[in-house]
Amino acid sequence: MAGNGLSYSEQGGEAALELAQEAAPTTAPSAPAAFGLFSSDTKKNEDLKQMLESSKDSAKLDAMKRIVGMIAKGKNASELFPAVVKNVASKNIEIKKLVYVYLMRYAEEQQDLALLSISTFQRALKDPNQLIRASALRVLSSIRVPIIVPIMMLAIKEASSDLSPYVRKNAAHAIQKLYSLDPEQKEMLIEVIEKLLKDRSTLVAGSVVMAFEEVCPDRIDLIHKNYRKLCTLLVDVEEWGQVVIIHMLTRYARTQFVSPWKKDDDDVVEEYNENNFYESDEEQKEKDWKVKKTYVMDPDHRLLLRNTKPLLQSRNAAVVMAVAQLYWHLAPKSEAGIVSKSLVRLLRSNREVQYIVLQNIATMSIQRKGMFEPYLKSFYVRSTDPTMIKTLKLEILTNLANEANISTLLREFQTYVKSQDKQFAAATIQAIGRCATNITEVTDTCLSGLVCLLSNRDEIVVAESVVVIKKLLQTQPSYHGEIIKHMAKLLDNITVPVARASILWLIGEYCERVPKIAPDVLRKTAKSFTNEDDLVKLQILNLGAKLYLTNSKQTKLLTQYVLNLGKYDQSYDIRDRTRFIRQLIVPNEKSGALSKYAKKIFLAQKPAPLLESPFKARDHFQLGTLSHTLNSRAAGYLELSDWPEVAPDPALRNVEAPEAAKEWTVFLGKTKKGKPTEKFYSESEEEEDESASTSATESESGSESEKEDKEEGSSDESSGSSSSSEESSDSESESKESTVKKTSRTAEKSDSEDIKKKAKRITKKRNTSSSSDSESSSSEESSSDSKSESDLRSDSESGKSGRATSSKVTTQVFVPTKTHELLHRMSGKGLAAHYHFSRQPCIFGDCTVSVQVTLTNTTDQKIKNIHIGEKKLPPGMRMHGFNPIESLEPEGSITVSMGIDFCDSTQTASFQLCTRDDHFNVNIQPPVGELLLPVTMSEKDFKKEQGMLTGMNETSATIAVAPQNSTSLVIIERVVKAANLGVVPSGQDNIHRFAAKTLHSGSLVLVTVELKESSTAQLIINTEKTVIGSVLLRELKPVLSQG
Amino acid sequence: MIHSLFLINCSGDIFLEKHWKSVVSQSVCDYFFEAQEKAVDVENVPPVISTPHHYLISIYRDKIFFVSVIQTEVPPLFVIEFLHRVADTFQDYFGECSETSIKDNVVIVYELLEEMLDNGFPLATESNILKELIKPPTILRSVVNSITGSSNVGDTLPTGQLSNIPWRRAGVKYTNNEAYFDVIEEIDAIIDKSGSTVFAEIQGVIDSCIKLSGMPDLSLSFMNPRLLDDVSFHPCIRFKRWESERVLSFIPPDGNFRLISYRVSSQNLVAIPVYVKHMISFKENSSSGRFDVTIGPKQNMGKTVEGVVMTVHMPKAVLNMNLTSTQGNYTFDPVTKVLTWDIGKITPQKLPNLKGIVNLQSGAPKPEENPSLNIQFKIQQLAISGLKVNRLDMYGEKYKPFKGVKYITKAGKFQVRT
Repeated sequence: MAGNGLSYSEQGGEAALELAQEAAPTTAPSAPAAFGLFSSDTKKNEDLKQMLESSKDSAKLDAMKRIVGMIAKGKNASELFPAVVKNVASKNIEIKKLVYVYLMRYAEEQQDLALLSISTFQRALKDPNQLIRASALRVLSSIRVPIIVPIMMLAIKEASSDLSPYVRKNAAHAIQKLYSLDPEQKEMLIEVIEKLLKDRSTLVAGSVVMAFEEVCPDRIDLIHKNYRKLCTLLVDVEEWGQVVIIHMLTRYARTQFVSPWKKDDDDVVEEYNENNFYESDEEQKEKDWKVKKTYVMDPDHRLLLRNTKPLLQSRNAAVVMAVAQLYWHLAPKSEAGIVSKSLVRLLRSNREVQYIVLQNIATMSIQRKGMFEPYLKSFYVRSTDPTMIKTLKLEILTNLANEANISTLLREFQTYVKSQDKQFAAATIQAIGRCATNITEVTDTCLSGLVCLLSNRDEIVVAESVVVIKKLLQTQPSYHGEIIKHMAKLLDNITVPVARASILWLIGEYCERVPKIAPDVLRKTAKSFTNEDDLVKLQILNLGAKLYLTNSKQTKLLTQYVLNLGKYDQSYDIRDRTRFIRQLIVPNEKSGALSKYAKKIFLAQKPAPLLESPFKARDHFQLGTLSHTLNSRAAGYLELSDWPEVAPDPALRNVEAPEAAKEWTVFLGKTKKGKPTEKFYSESEEEEDESASTSATESESGSESEKEDKEEGSSDESSGSSSSSEESSDSESESKESTVKKTSRTAEKSDSEDIKKKAKRITKKRNTSSSSDSESSSSEESSSDSKSESDLRSDSESGKSGRATSSKVTTQVFVPTKTHELLHRMSGKGLAAHYHFSRQPCIFGDCTVSVQVTLTNTTDQKIKNIHIGEKKLPPGMRMHGFNPIESLEPEGSITVSMGIDFCDSTQTASFQLCTRDDHFNVNIQPPVGELLLPVTMSEKDFKKEQGMLTGMNETSATIAVAPQNSTSLVIIERVVKAANLGVVPSGQDNIHRFAAKTLHSGSLVLVTVELKESSTAQLIINTEKTVIGSVLLRELKPVLSQG
Repeated sequence: MIHSLFLINCSGDIFLEKHWKSVVSQSVCDYFFEAQEKAVDVENVPPVISTPHHYLISIYRDKIFFVSVIQTEVPPLFVIEFLHRVADTFQDYFGECSETSIKDNVVIVYELLEEMLDNGFPLATESNILKELIKPPTILRSVVNSITGSSNVGDTLPTGQLSNIPWRRAGVKYTNNEAYFDVIEEIDAIIDKSGSTVFAEIQGVIDSCIKLSGMPDLSLSFMNPRLLDDVSFHPCIRFKRWESERVLSFIPPDGNFRLISYRVSSQNLVAIPVYVKHMISFKENSSSGRFDVTIGPKQNMGKTVEGVVMTVHMPKAVLNMNLTSTQGNYTFDPVTKVLTWDIGKITPQKLPNLKGIVNLQSGAPKPEENPSLNIQFKIQQLAISGLKVNRLDMYGEKYKPFKGVKYITKAGKFQVRT
């Protein structure tokens, strides 16, 4: 081992060299004991070492691959540690990755040597490539060396404010790792969790909630402020995160909302109350329920239920199950039914999924039969099912049995009883027994059926039948002498102990009803006593005792014989029982007062056994959990609390009004813009019951995401410098949160149309590649990119999750509220039409402008069949109409969206707007500002592009700027209002830059406003499309000069 | 969450282990072996096993047990789904998920597992993302790599990882743009002795193979969407659009994937395309029995029923079978007692029949119950539920894709009780 240290200290140029030399002597004693044991192994490892020390990457890679192979097989490769760890700084990414794999496996065992690699990770944590930053953090936090806890803590803190959500996600994972390594750090970690919980990235949400569950599940207070955000983001979180978040929110909701379960539909409570003989309690409950009659569901509670519902359609069984348990534990009983269909669907999945789902259905079906009754046949058993699935299905079928379906079920059971799978057949017999006790109508049928089974050839079936019949007879106090006689006869043939014991017990219990047979049975069994199983022996003793008490004339001697046999039995249980019985029943001088009551003791009325589902006991576990499956508390199981009597203050979940300044400062540099604040949640409520006439509030996340884009971009450029200081990141997350509400704006048009809503929900992705591909390539490609990403999956979401993105095309900075008249109500015979440009990427295609048309009926009659008739379009222009509207109520209005490809011209699109009886010619002429799509780029790129668009492509004008227009904010506001431009960050105060591209051809349009002395400004527009340039210039001029 | 993973083959060898937290000794698998022994049949090994310090959650796929070690409470389905996703990924990468392919590609397997889980929590499971991080092995690539020294590991974060359409990567290009949809319906049925249907249901899936450049936005509509009773979607599908218009609107992943799976509402009567006449009897006190089965087509809408195979798990007491078939071949495995009759196409003029003598173990009691018959078949160009694709539209890209839809009906769990 020492030689080993030497050999690699000879190697120069390796990054870890200095450290290695220091550490080498300390490692020598820790050489694995097994080292010398297998010399062949040693030799093999020798050549691996040589390969690792070679200068060729391919040899190193080969060696690493072989080492990983060893690890995979579970062979010990720890002695190669020093040789491997040197390669941690390898340039070859694959070698590096494999070294990481090795480190994670062995660092714990070789802590001192592992320290050598730390500096490499610390360096990598500042790498401009986010993948490298993330994987460095992953390995650093995975190597489980306690000494580096402070370093890990620092790295986590830093990563939690990283600009890449991927790195932040990894930070969330690292929290759990650090916590398990050193629980002392809890407080500090909670701070990080708190910060990450505020993160708006869907990527982070699942991981941080996981960390929360692991580190501080009791700190429910951290969730309040993030509750609504989590609910809205949920649909877009990756599937694994969804499961974790749903489970966490289930627990949260149980502490924060009052019970939605009303007494009348809550059979569970009723059922339990039957056993409850404290009347005062009952009354108390009665009162409580009365109070709750006026129950109104908390809107937050509703939000959770609504936002989880679409996830029932997930392809991931775990997500479906998570939603199902959420509905089970949180939804009003009338609504929980919607989950059953999805759960039944999961039964088509592989056997493991079936197993878990069936277990949960079994628990559910005990409490609420109705939920699964319509799917009864889906639980029919196939002969090819594995036994565990069969028994679970049988369990559910039994739970679902009622008067209506019992006859079909029994017929089905008959098939099962004959099954070749005897274990299953036995279970079926028990199931029949349970049905018989639960449904009195069929008790007799079942009993006779079971008696038939007594003549079955298979012993297990017979034995099981005997046991079940015994239980049934016990519940049926009526006389069943015939059956008992029949069973007594069986005693000769049956060998299964339980069955024999059951028969003996039955005869003993009802010995007075079969006075002739009973003593004979005792005679027979006394003969075979010594060969019987213990279980049977005990029952023989019992039978003897009972007969002695009722019919001592005939059986006195027999009983004494049996008691004598029992006295010398091998089993102390039996000797004990014998002694006990003898003292009780045989009167002698010593016998105490008890023997007088012997008859009462032995022949007391015994309560019938309750035949109930083995799943009954499981219902106190949260469904879908490991504990539920195992029916015992698993480590780390978190109890679901009972509903609170009074809900805690719902205002806790309100997110405070943001400080308006902050985000705009970040966004525009130095200006402020007050936006109407509106709680983002309340809007979604409105949207839910929106009617065509109400103007829905639409909020734009555009500005926010734009802001993030920018941060993303700029930070990625400068991320190497690691200057993302704590402070700025704090403000970032705060402002991020605030943005949501703040940026909500009221658009004046209602949007009942789904399409529009979707289009609005444009989300872009945070750019992953901005660091790596700085080329401003393919704006076309990225445009389609962002467009298609307008993720409609988030539909159920209430419309405003501003997700950050950074493909080049951004959302509009501003949505103009100005509407134009399409059709006046006078000329339209009562039908009025207005349109406005929503500046949304149009769903009909890349190069079309999205136009929102609001149709209003001002007549007092319905207007039917509104549609688009003949189109008169200039060549090249295309138009996508809206779907015909069947009818429009009087005073009703409806907004539809159209897409028009204007071909980058301001020519008019003429078409006919038709109703059933009339048609009207209408025109849409777009302002040039609406033919653009905003683009962001860095100032540098802007200048570069501008440099290429000079000469003919440049138009400029000097204008007088009204004094009130000279501040940055006003200029930006006015410009973006007039044209759909994206704001380019500017280094100078007096220069403002805007960029966009034309919709049809995708040519760049660059606008520069340079403020000069004495309230003049230079307005420059650079674009290939000179016509657009000049028209835009003409339109922008008055915008800035007017007061 | 997931602590460790062990892959175990049928003969009980642990051939791969991976730990995401501290190392858990292989001996933990002993509890699993114990349960396996108790269960006799692999199918009956309980998926969740509790041991003193750990919990073992396992799945059985392609003759391999994936056994994961858990230490704390976690939804079991979470782990099960994940393990299946791991197996799917192996299948996707190596063409098959088998012991040999895993052993041959152990380094890639390790790299994959490393990417898929971090500290036991899933990190990247979308195959598109994984394929950008770790390129699947091909012969060509391994040759190129060995010459140029380039690696199989991507060094930038996949574009999908950060977008909200993680299933699609950017910059996809094809010369032929094609989109194929296979509508596959399976009939699950239980037919009782007398030939009446005890239970029947249609389960369908639409598997797609999409090779389209750029970022196409597709929408697929049906003639009769109301048929679909319960649907589960690939994450790419916009749920709201389905809710409101019953149109599947989505930006597809690249390559093969399952678009939706659905169930046809059980109210609709299911047309059963075949009928079976059977006469199976075992004589009391004699060591033989009779076996006579005929299969015929019924209500198949003019399409031929093909690929018909019948498998029967005969009772344990059966020693051998002497049968003659009018069509196709039959085999009887005296060890597993499985009779397989490969029939092929059914022609209504000459119905396939299989009959003969069953030899029973002498002295053994007569089997209680007749075995049930499991039947497989296929009907091309027919979706038995009547589901029809109306049209496929593409937005967002300019080229004209080639589109195709194929319908197949198959037998799912189709069982005839005798």
